[in-house]
Amino acid sequence: MHTTEPIVTGASVLGIQCVDGVVLGCDTLASYGSLARFQRVRRIVQPGADWVLGGGGEYSDLQEVARLLETMVTREYCQEDGVVRAPRAVHRYLARVMYQRRSRLDPLFNSLVLAGRGRFLGVVDMYGTAFESHVVATGFGSLLALPLLRKAWRPDMRMEEGAACVEHCLRVLFYRDCRALSSVQLARVPAEGAIEVSEPYELGELQWHVAQTVA
Amino acid sequence: MAGVGSGYDLSTTTFSPEGRVFQLEYANKAVELSGTVVGVVCRDAVVLAVENVLPHRFVVSGTLRRVHTVDRHVAIAVGGMGPDGRHLVARARSEAENYRAVYGEAIPARVLADRVAGYAHLYSLYWHVRPFGCTAVIGAWDAVVGAVLYAVEPDGSVYKYRAYAHGKGRTAVRTELDKVRWAERERAEAMREVAGVVERSRDVVKDKPYELEMVVVGERGVERIDRFTAAESGGERSGGGDD
Repeated sequence: MHTTEPIVTGASVLGIQCVDGVVLGCDTLASYGSLARFQRVRRIVQPGADWVLGGGGEYSDLQEVARLLETMVTREYCQEDGVVRAPRAVHRYLARVMYQRRSRLDPLFNSLVLAGRGRFLGVVDMYGTAFESHVVATGFGSLLALPLLRKAWRPDMRMEEGAACVEHCLRVLFYRDCRALSSVQLARVPAEGAIEVSEPYELGELQWHVAQTVA
Repeated sequence: MAGVGSGYDLSTTTFSPEGRVFQLEYANKAVELSGTVVGVVCRDAVVLAVENVLPHRFVVSGTLRRVHTVDRHVAIAVGGMGPDGRHLVARARSEAENYRAVYGEAIPARVLADRVAGYAHLYSLYWHVRPFGCTAVIGAWDAVVGAVLYAVEPDGSVYKYRAYAHGKGRTAVRTELDKVRWAERERAEAMREVAGVVERSRDVVKDKPYELEMVVVGERGVERIDRFTAAESGGERSGGGDD
């Protein structure tokens, strides 16, 4: 049986490219329809040392994608030549997997964002559409957060700024996207050095009083 | 057909009247004739070492491999026919991968050893296949029990070992292995001693040049020991080519 609609879903994933690396962010919610069913779920995975993957859409499909990548990394490890696929290669691989599945009319219901060393930032959607960009947002975020990210983006932006910007967008999404949550996770992928995926944390100082003034 | 097998040595599907399966014994012979394989369980790791006899001196150093990584916590050293060993290793890899996919955790060494042994055993049951001409020495780090060592023989038998040796220098090596309480050794110490044992088992005049291949499997996973100087191995010559 083919998936015709996702059941347990994650919402937006955001990414921004900075001079010293890439920042990835998303909330930690897996919704069951409109029900905020699983609230401390990790949607950023790091199977390899050089990149992280953030995903929205069907959560079980995201786990399958993560499993595929973990298998890939283990196979690289067994080669023992120290050669690993670069983020761009992994991105293309994901695109191939997604395109193959959609051509089989059995797509993996996800939007994926890959961030890697060497300031790599790319998206793949459930049809296999893949591109790289210096600002990236999937799901509702492509409507609500992308304009904000674009406006904030500067070529000389540093990762602290980028992280603040992504966090701001996650806050906006929490205010306006009913499938978003205030518990979020950020991944900092420096151009050089170790990747850091934060533990889930709460967005502080939420202000709801403006809600009355919004139609 | 007089002589060795007298008609009972061509197939694994027929026992000889004495109750032997000659093909399996010949397979074991292939292991006995090839470079020595050694496995040792020390306190914090398993040390696997192979005496890689170079088939030709033009062979590029480091490209001849008999110890293979199977998963993050498992390595297999092959004694006997290299290609047969690689096939067994390929099977072990897919078993390990499959176990991860199904149970979401690393395959326990005991399970892997059983599965590899079961696979090897199948090749002693049919007339249209021949047994593996190799033993697989499985070194693993087990989350529960720590360092473990298993060896799978061509007939599909499998045992857990504290120390294991097979191949050309097995007699000398086993005698030496017997003298040491390996479980009390630290990895660095064990590595040195194992290298020395292999080196000393060789006939300096008769034996061809070799490379010592050594892999250590510990808590941090599989580590290949690339550089091993003569001083470290305790022998006069280093196990290595020109570089």
